[in-house]
Parts: sequence; C-alpha cells; structure tokens
Amino acid sequence: MSRILELSASELVSKIRTQEITAEEYVNKCYERIKEVEDRIHAFITLTENIALEKAQEIDSRIRRNEKVGTLSGIAVAIKDNICINDVRTTCASKMLENFIPPYDATVIQRLKSQDAILIGKTNMDEFAMGTSTEHSQFGPTHNPHDLDRVPGGSSGGSAASVAALETTISLGSDTGGSVRCPASFCGIVGMKPTYGLISRYGLIAYANSLEQISPIARNVADLALLTECIAGQDNKDSTSIDSGTQNLKNCLVDDVSGVKIGVPEELFGIGTDEVVSKAVWEAISKLEGLGATFSKIKLESLEYALASYYIIAMSEASSNLARYDGLRYGLRLDDENYDWSTAYSRNRDVGFGAEVKRRIMLGTFALSAGYYNEYYLKAQRVRTLIRQELSKAFKDFDLIIGPTMPILPFRLGEKLLDPLEMYMCDVDTVIANLAGIPAISVPCSSSQGLPIGVQMMAPALREDVLIKVAFSLEQHLKPDLELKV
Amino acid sequence: MSEDKKITKEQVKHLAWLARIKITDSEESKYAEEMGEILKYFRKLDEVDTEGVEPTHHVVDVVNVMREDEPEIKPAENILKIVPAKKDRFIKAPRIV
Amino acid sequence: MVETTELKVKIGLEVHCQLTNLKSKLFCSCSSDYRQSPPNTHVCPVCMGTPGSLPVLNRKAVEDAILIALALNMQISNKTIFYRKNYFYPDMPKNFQISQYDRAGGIPIAKNGSKKLEVEKIVHISRLQIEEDPGKISYEGTIETSKSAFVDYNRAGIALVEIVTEPDINSPKEARIFLQKIRSIMEHLGVSSGELEGSMRCDANISIQGGTRVEVKNISSFKEVERALNFEITRQKNLLRTGHRIGQETRHWDEARRVTISLRVKEEEEDYRYFPEADLVPLSISEEEIERQKNSMPELPEGHMQRLMTQYDISRQNAMTLIDNKALAEFFEESAVNYSHPDLLGNWIVGDLLSYLYEMDIELKDAKLMPRDLVKMLELIDDGTISGKIGKELLKEMLISGKSPDEIINQKEMRRISDSEYLNQLTEEIFSSNPQAVKDAIKDPKAVRFLIGQLMKKTGGKADPQLANNLVNEKLKTSKT
Repeated sequence: MSRILELSASELVSKIRTQEITAEEYVNKCYERIKEVEDRIHAFITLTENIALEKAQEIDSRIRRNEKVGTLSGIAVAIKDNICINDVRTTCASKMLENFIPPYDATVIQRLKSQDAILIGKTNMDEFAMGTSTEHSQFGPTHNPHDLDRVPGGSSGGSAASVAALETTISLGSDTGGSVRCPASFCGIVGMKPTYGLISRYGLIAYANSLEQISPIARNVADLALLTECIAGQDNKDSTSIDSGTQNLKNCLVDDVSGVKIGVPEELFGIGTDEVVSKAVWEAISKLEGLGATFSKIKLESLEYALASYYIIAMSEASSNLARYDGLRYGLRLDDENYDWSTAYSRNRDVGFGAEVKRRIMLGTFALSAGYYNEYYLKAQRVRTLIRQELSKAFKDFDLIIGPTMPILPFRLGEKLLDPLEMYMCDVDTVIANLAGIPAISVPCSSSQGLPIGVQMMAPALREDVLIKVAFSLEQHLKPDLELKV
Repeated sequence: MSEDKKITKEQVKHLAWLARIKITDSEESKYAEEMGEILKYFRKLDEVDTEGVEPTHHVVDVVNVMREDEPEIKPAENILKIVPAKKDRFIKAPRIV
Repeated sequence: MVETTELKVKIGLEVHCQLTNLKSKLFCSCSSDYRQSPPNTHVCPVCMGTPGSLPVLNRKAVEDAILIALALNMQISNKTIFYRKNYFYPDMPKNFQISQYDRAGGIPIAKNGSKKLEVEKIVHISRLQIEEDPGKISYEGTIETSKSAFVDYNRAGIALVEIVTEPDINSPKEARIFLQKIRSIMEHLGVSSGELEGSMRCDANISIQGGTRVEVKNISSFKEVERALNFEITRQKNLLRTGHRIGQETRHWDEARRVTISLRVKEEEEDYRYFPEADLVPLSISEEEIERQKNSMPELPEGHMQRLMTQYDISRQNAMTLIDNKALAEFFEESAVNYSHPDLLGNWIVGDLLSYLYEMDIELKDAKLMPRDLVKMLELIDDGTISGKIGKELLKEMLISGKSPDEIINQKEMRRISDSEYLNQLTEEIFSSNPQAVKDAIKDPKAVRFLIGQLMKKTGGKADPQLANNLVNEKLKTSKT
C-alpha cells in the first residue's frame, strides 16, 4: 500500500498543486487499493474509474498550465449511493433503482466538481439509508476494516469503510438518524451531521426529509472541515437550505478548549450502554477538562423518548417519500401486461424493495393513517418539540453536549439482523440531533480489543465551529490504538 | 399497547393496499406480529404529556422561500431516456380498469 | 316508495382553476405553456418526481391566491403550510400531491368566504388552497377497454387553486351560475383564463334528502357541470323512487357518454394520510402583502357591470351577461368605442352573437370576429344597405369566415335591391302567376302581404321592403281599374 493514501486531503492538495505528485498517480493508487481490498470490504457499489482518471488528467494539465484549480483539486471523494451524479448509476442499494441513471447532479456534486474533487465511486449503504449496519444493502454487506467479521455501521457503511480502509481520502454520506456518525464511530474515523439546512439536500434521494442531511466523513478533523466548507451554503433548489453566514471552519482548527462548557446528560449513558463505551467517553471528557474545559452532569428527560419519536417520524416520511417508486417513470418494472395498474405497482414494489424498507413503509403508512395519525405521527412531532425545547434550554448553559456516539461496540454481521427493534435501539444516542436539527460530530476516542469507540458532541444550530474546535483538540490528545485488517 | 389495539391481519392487508406492497396471506401474520412489537415500543410516547405542545414540522426558522415565475427551457430527453416503457413520447402505464 | 319530486338537493363544489397567468409551474421552472406541446416535453426532475429532486414555490402563485381570496371575501391566513396528500395513481409523479389541508393541524391559504348569486342566494366558500395539477392520461378507446394507459406529465405540477364551497347550492342551474361567476372573477383578476381547455374543472358532492353524499369527479369543464349534475340527480331520484338506497361513493363523469359511472374496482377505502410537506417552509403572509395585493386589485365583475350600465347605458340584464364572460365584455367595449348606439350593440352581442357562439360551441377567441367588423355591420343596417334579417346571416358568416361585412355582401350579393325597374318586372310576373291572390288582395287589403312576401322571396329577402310595398300597392291600384 502506498504512503500517499495515508496523507490528509490538505497535504495531498498541496502536493498535487506543486506537482510533487500528480492527481492521476494518486487516483491510480486509490483504485489499486480498492482492487486490493474490495473483495473483503465491499465498500463500493459502482466505481467510476474512467470519469475519475479523466478528471485527474484534466486537473494535472491545468496545474501544468498554471491555471487556477479548486480547493479540493485532485482529491478522491467517495459518494454514498443515494446522492445523484448525472449519468452515473445511483442505486440506493436497492433492486428498485438497480439501473437508475440520474438525469442531473445533486447540488453537492456540482460543488465538488467545481472545486475539482474526483468522484471515485458510489458507496454501499443500507437500502434507502434504512439501517444501522449496511447489512440491508441489496448488493451484500460492507465489512468493518478493523474486524472483517463485524459491521461497519450504517447506513453510510460504504462511505465510512472506504475512508477507513484508505480506498479514498474523504467521502460523503447522509445522516437521517445517525447514518454518518454511527459508521464513523464503528470505523474509527470522523463524521459530522451538520445543522439541518446547512448543506443542500437537492439530489439526495429522500428517506426522511425533515431529518436528514448530506454529511461529510474524513480520517481527520481538518479534512472534515475542508470538505464541509466546500459543500455548505444556501441553495435555491432546496427551500430548507439556509444561509450559514460566515462560518470559517478552518480557523477553528486550534488546540484550545479553555472555557468551553460541556453538559453530559445521564440519559446518553442509559441502559444498554456498554461499559467500555461509557468508560472511554468519560475519559475523553476528563481529557477535555484537563485541557481547560468544564463539564457538568445534567438530566434531559425528554431524550428517553427520542428514539420512538424519531422512528415514527422517519417511517411516516419514508412511506410517502418512497411512494414514487411505482415503475412508470424510472426504476424496476416487471412485465405487467396482464395486470391493472394497482396490482402492477404492488408487484413492482414487492420485488423492488427489501424487507426492512417494506417494514418501514408499512409502519409509516400505519402511523399516518386515519385514526392513528394523532396517537403516532402527531404525538411524535409534539415530543420532538419537547426535545428541541429541552436541548435549547440546555444550550443556554453549555456550549456542547457530550456522550457516546454508539452505545455499543461494532457488532458481528448477522448479530442483530433478525430483531429489527434491537437494531433500532443502536440509534438511541444519534437520533437526537436529527430531531432537533442541530449539528453533531463523532470523533474516535478510544478502542477496545481493536474495535473503535467514538465520542459524540452536539452543539446548537449553526455552531459547527464549536464542534470542529473541540473535535480538533480531542484528536490531538487522544490516539486510539487501531489497526486495519486489510 | 393494550391487547385490543394489537394490529390485525385485516389491518395489515389494508395498509399493504394503501402502500401498494404485495403481501401474501402467509406474510400477513408475520407482519402483524412484527409490526405489533415495534408499535408497542412506540407507545412509550404515551407516557409523555404533550398537552398544548405544538408539533415540530420544520426545524429551520425560515419562511417564505420562493422563486420568481420565470420559465426555463430544459431538455427532457435525459428524463425520458430512463423511462422503462414508452409509446412514442407517452409513458406507458398498465391498464386502469 | 319515496316521493322524489320535492326532495331537496344539496350540492357542494370543489372547483379547480389553473393559474394560467403563470409562466412556469408551481414548484419548478418548467414552462406552463403545455397545451400545444408534444407529450412529456415540459418535464424536469422536480415535476417528474425524479428521486432527489425538491420543490420550490412559485411566488406569483401565492400572489394570485391572495387576490382570489380577497375577491371571494375570504379570511387570509397569516401563516400557512403545505401538506402531502398521499394516494397512488398513474397521473401522479410522486404518488402524493402537494396541496393544503384544513384538518390535522393544517391551515389553507384562506378560509370562510362567500359569493352572492342573487339577492337572496349566497354560496359560502369554506376554503381556498394552492396545489399542483397531476399529469394527463389518455387511452386507446375508453378507460374501461384500453389495454394500456398513456401518461403525459406536461400538465403535472401546473399551479392550481382549489375553491371548496359549502353545500349551499340547490340545483344544477345554480351550480352553473356559481361557476360562471367564479370564472368571471378569475378572468377579471387576470389569473385564470376559462377559455383554455381544461383550465377550470370541478368535482361535485351531491346529496338528495334521504340519500347519502355522492362525489362526482372528472367534470372537465364548467359547461359540463349542469349536465353531469342533472344526470346524477335523476339517477339518485330514480334509485330512491324505486326503493333503493344510495351508497356513499365516488363516481366519474363520462363526458362522451354523458353518464356518471362507478370506477371502483376494489373494496378498499382510500385514506389520504395528509401530513406536512417538510421540503417546503411555511408561508407567512403579512398585512402589508395583503394590502399590496388589495391595491393592485383590478376591476371585479360587480364594478365592471355597474360601469357598463352607466358608461354605455345598457340594460342590467345585458351588462350582467356581458361580465359573465370577460372576453365578451371586452369585445363589447372595444366595439362600443366606435358605435353610436351601444344599447343596440349590447342586444346584438348578448343576443345573436352569444347564441351563435353557443350553437357552434366555440369561445369568442376562437371566432374570427373583429369589433370593427361588427360595428361596420351595424352601420350597414343603420344606413339601409342591408336589412336586419340579412344582418343576422351576415354575422354568422363573419364568425365563420372572419371576412369583413363588405366582402361578404359583395360576394353573396346581399345588398338591398332598390332597382325599381327590376322589382317592377318581378312584380308583374308575380301578379300574372297568382291571379287568385291578386283578386283576394283587391278585396282584402290584408291579403296584400302575400304578394309582397312573394316579391321578397324572389329576391331572397334583399328587396328594399319599403320599395316593394309601394310597387305592389301601385300595381294593385292599376289592377283594380
């Protein structure tokens, strides 16, 4: 394996710009690595080698001609397979979209292209982003690079595993209830769900549209900040995107947490939290305290209801968002000469969707249906308000809220597959930020038997700067003992 | 969830129709049982007093995002290219009745 | 057995008007000018529901809706959000429609308005909402026999307003009058043109005393409403009379066969599962915005009618008929500028012109008539060049051909015959071939009319009537001696 692949994005950009290495050479190394490990990791669904190499050559020649290049010039970015790239197959890891070729670019893709990033491939995920392990991919699971028998987390398992396994330098995932922070934690890297609205959702294939954000993944905090800045910002195509003002994240990369006030809610260490995880997170908190931060234990009682509230809302929205897959305009269509439209739709959707997707559509349909809407959907949205209110009250006293990203260590493939509720429970600490629309980051803080443990930090809306600053400090002072198994 | 609120096979059948998902008779009871388990967990929310609490439908405090009424000419060919069944420029759908 | 003749009928309407003054669709920038376009040419990821696409609201649609709400005396909501109405159908690109809702926490853009039909009759309007049009399905043969359906999504995403009334309407005729008024308001506001095919459609809820509410969908133009309602009411009354009960159901108006049919194939009950659309942010409508729209409010039908009456001294009835169809009123005004007897002009437009349009089943814009040509025709009558009767024929010809009155008169030799030598010659012929009639006329002056009639007949009605009268009477005098 080449040393080049271990370099950070900013190091690579400067080496490529100064022609110390060429973008082509680096991209070729990425594909060599991909070919070396993919049979064991399976992080990608589609590789875009030709497009990537062509772009790399173009960047190299522009650099040779002394032309201006973008802030990500030549950097390989892996893209979760629910983000549309014009003319590149985008499957959502579903049979329904196995042959779907988007006729347009997502806004983030346009932004990456304009900053001269190299789109290296489309990554594996739980079907339609519904899952916590990437085992719900219809194209087979992804494996954790730190233990091939274990899951990489999900739903952005491919995006996280590819970065951890050095197949790419950075990647994009999407985070609806923890789908980027969970695999970042399980794979020992950094992932951040930004404030709702910070990054345009245009071109992100919806699972639960009031909760999700396209989210960056990197091996270090500096790269994460660089990638976030490239893709953030108001977009006319997404009505919910917001003008973030002038958040300069690169300026936050300083090792200084003095005066930072941290709240530690006991609810984030509830029943089901593995002791090694608790211990690791507390060590991280102590470390921050040692560096000049202060912390207090707090109670946020509404958090106990976050998981149920999240799943009701997510499933309700999913049942509507996924209604469009009927086989007429795109996607899977079975031979339907002998069927009326309604029966034909039911057949297409039966074959096109996997079990977990169907389960969530059914439950979401139930939660919105006449007679149950008030008790389920509306109730969940009211509880969501209570959670937001309690958090915003807490943020009057604290800059950050800290707890584990995942309550447990990466589990074995198949371990939770037969019990959907047990799988849902893994999201207990991550869904909070999605319900509240606030930013949250997962940073590696420790390990246990070679398995990564991540610490999660949440901040008020549009305070990504605080997250980046504290994450950067933690990164300087905690070096988890981790080793790749590929 | 109280016993009488258990989800029935008839409900599963109706939901499957609403969601246009084909479910066989044997799958109905499996769905009923599985969904019942999950819904039972969801009923945890019954413990929360939400009297007078407004629901959250949007987490961003933004209103009135609109575009001007300006038409754009956009090629439709990429969109038609991915349509599974067409007749001339029409999208072919299964029979209605 | 139920006595059905006196049973009270209650009708509520859901009126859908396309906002035809918009240049682009409701949530995307595809051109809204789709009517003459080949199928699926005005489509983009947003209106095709392509995965990952997102809606962005058209500002002008909101401004239009505020104007409409003001014109219908409605309360405008200071905050409103969009809802998803979930149901599957092949004309629905996303299998949900972005609309608004008045339950489950929803607030439509405006509520509680009313429209007066007559002095005593008021139709209450419960709500106004903004929503997107679905695509259009066509068939090989009929919907029931076609082996496939063919979908064109050009119409999908076109901006609509839906006006929902209370069940205050008591007859098909009232429904028609109400819809005419709505159309006139839309046209006066300049937001929707009823002349465009399919731009104004409606669904109707009908219940007859002692029966259940039945919904009739797919009434594709306001003209069809009276017909569809009459059919449905007769059908329901017949059921009641023969001792059947009326089940709650949704029926479709089959325009070709002029019947309502039940299209239900499954026993399942539809459940729209309305819930808020998180992809669109709330709409906040300020007092200033409402004030701004109030100030830009154009002349409404009522004001227009009053003005026509005072400015042109035409009858209330004529003024009312004219403003029901804004294009007709405009045509009247354009013509009246150049004509000295607007009252006569009014009679011609409301009378003959309108009934010709109705007979030919065309809109004024499709007729090839120019205001200056109508005025020219009236002047030809006034100066005696043609008779009033010929004028009626001429008008019909002008509507069809678009030619000027002079051109048609010359071509068809419609000019009055005032050549006394020629008419005299014809009179002699008539006298010699009708000796008995001549004898009668000598005895009874009333019988003279027959002879004059013969002369008019021979000239195809073109003989100058005064001259013909004189010639026949003179000839009679000479015949007496």
